[in-house]
Amino acid sequence: MGKQIVKLTVNGEEHELLAEPRELLIHVLREKLNITGPHVGCETSHCGACTVDMNGRSVKSCTVFAAQADGAEITTVEGLGTPDNLHVLQEMFKEHHGLQCGFCTPGMITRAHRLLQENPNPTEEEVRFGMAGNICRCTGYQNIVKSILAAAAELNAAREAAQ
Amino acid sequence: MIPSRFEYYRPDDIRGALAVLNEHGDDARVMAGGHSLIPMMKLRMAEVPHLIDLQGIAELRGIAIDGAEISIGAMTTQHDLIAHAGLADAAPILREAALQIADPQVRYMGTVGGNVANGDPGNDMPGLMQCLDARFELVGADGTREVAARDFYEAAYMTARDDEELLTRIRFTATGAGYAYEKQKRKIGDYATAACAALISRDGDRIGSASVAMTNLSDVPVWSQAAGDALVGSTGDAAAIKAATDAALADIDPTGDNRGPVEFKKHVAGIIISRAIARALSRA
Ligand SMILES: Cc1cc2nc3c(=O)[nH]c(=O)nc-3n(C[C@H](O)[C@H](O)[C@H](O)COP(=O)(O)OP(=O)(O)OC[C@H]3O[C@@H](n4cnc5c(N)ncnc54)[C@H](O)[C@@H]3O)c2cc1C
Ligand code: FES
Ligand code: FES
Repeated sequence: MGKQIVKLTVNGEEHELLAEPRELLIHVLREKLNITGPHVGCETSHCGACTVDMNGRSVKSCTVFAAQADGAEITTVEGLGTPDNLHVLQEMFKEHHGLQCGFCTPGMITRAHRLLQENPNPTEEEVRFGMAGNICRCTGYQNIVKSILAAAAELNAAREAAQ
Repeated sequence: MIPSRFEYYRPDDIRGALAVLNEHGDDARVMAGGHSLIPMMKLRMAEVPHLIDLQGIAELRGIAIDGAEISIGAMTTQHDLIAHAGLADAAPILREAALQIADPQVRYMGTVGGNVANGDPGNDMPGLMQCLDARFELVGADGTREVAARDFYEAAYMTARDDEELLTRIRFTATGAGYAYEKQKRKIGDYATAACAALISRDGDRIGSASVAMTNLSDVPVWSQAAGDALVGSTGDAAAIKAATDAALADIDPTGDNRGPVEFKKHVAGIIISRAIARALSRA
């Protein structure tokens, strides 16, 4: 029942580390790899603050074992943009006041990123349904939805311009 | 919230999983998406010294549609169910129900096999599978058998599956009937206060067949023969819907909990059952 080698590709970088199988992915990311974007909000699979992208799916990293993630490709908010070069979603959350305390924001943005990959042109209702696994205690959601719709429009315009 | 220690296995075929189950008996348990099991392990309500992750077993995946015969691998996620166009055509009730389970993150991980094997009365797929008259394929060291969903559930967390068996596939015959899955929940991500699956087909201006099953209104899912009987042969008018709803209500046995007292649950159940029947009829 000792530790085992776990290989993870996080934000394009390969890591090999020793972890007990029971360790949760959120703790491996935060404590072993110092990737602190994903937060622990509830620990009970409800809030979505710990959301990361794992093999192309939004998952709550508090509900995934380290061993289960062995071999996975993971993207966190750190992999989307940097302070000097914000991702469009980050830019739009800033622009439209999509955050207040910011605790839920990394999970929101990581989830919204996957949602827009699957549905590049969502309606407001589709955004609300697609973001239902992420809870925010501050904003009342209105501006989060606005930010995501604005990012979708921006990304679509950029895609059209590139064509 | 850290679970107790366990040994982790990730076999790549069914045989490998069965070997660990047989070697460790009660001390071993399989994990599908882990979205019922991991929360229980974190709360230390489940202790699993030998944990067998099924994610590497390709033969447990895949949806096959052969005419009206549908076969769904146990490791198919709720997200896969929703995204499968062929399945949405052949048996749209699955998509309608899966969309009402939890939230997007949970649906990417939660599997149909885990949902029906779990035995939690709150799970939505067991009632749905009883409504569809689905069969569960179970594979153990002694071979393969099939158990009808309507015979599978014995009590909360107790099913006809032996501890050393894997649930591998779910099979049913699609009927093209009018369908509905109605669910009342307190908020997104909550289990049902009451939910009801209905499949109804017409024969001329009368109802030719009807199947009604309910979720979280007893310690097991409830398929109500009497509700179906009350509908068949009727025109599906208000009196028939009321008779079927009363018959279904006579078959449930809800318990009071943080979703409300028994009287409230029966009240909600009545509304949900009537709505499910009316909506299935409107699509029949
Ligand atoms: C926040 C939240 C909300 C949820 N809301 C709902 C809801 O509204 N409705 C609903 O139905 N579910 C809900 N769920 C549960 C979710 O759908 C689960 O994922 C599902 O019930 C179990 O599927 P799983 O693949 O995660 O199974 P696991 O958690 O991996 O397994 C569950 C149980 O089944 C056993 N098992 C799994 N696969 C097999 C197999 N192939 N053969 C034999 N035994 C097996 C396991 O040993 C375990 O005992 C919710 C979960 C969360 C975290
Ligand atoms: S911390 Fe994972 S869902 Fe809340
Ligand atoms: S901004 Fe504070 S929780 Fe969302």
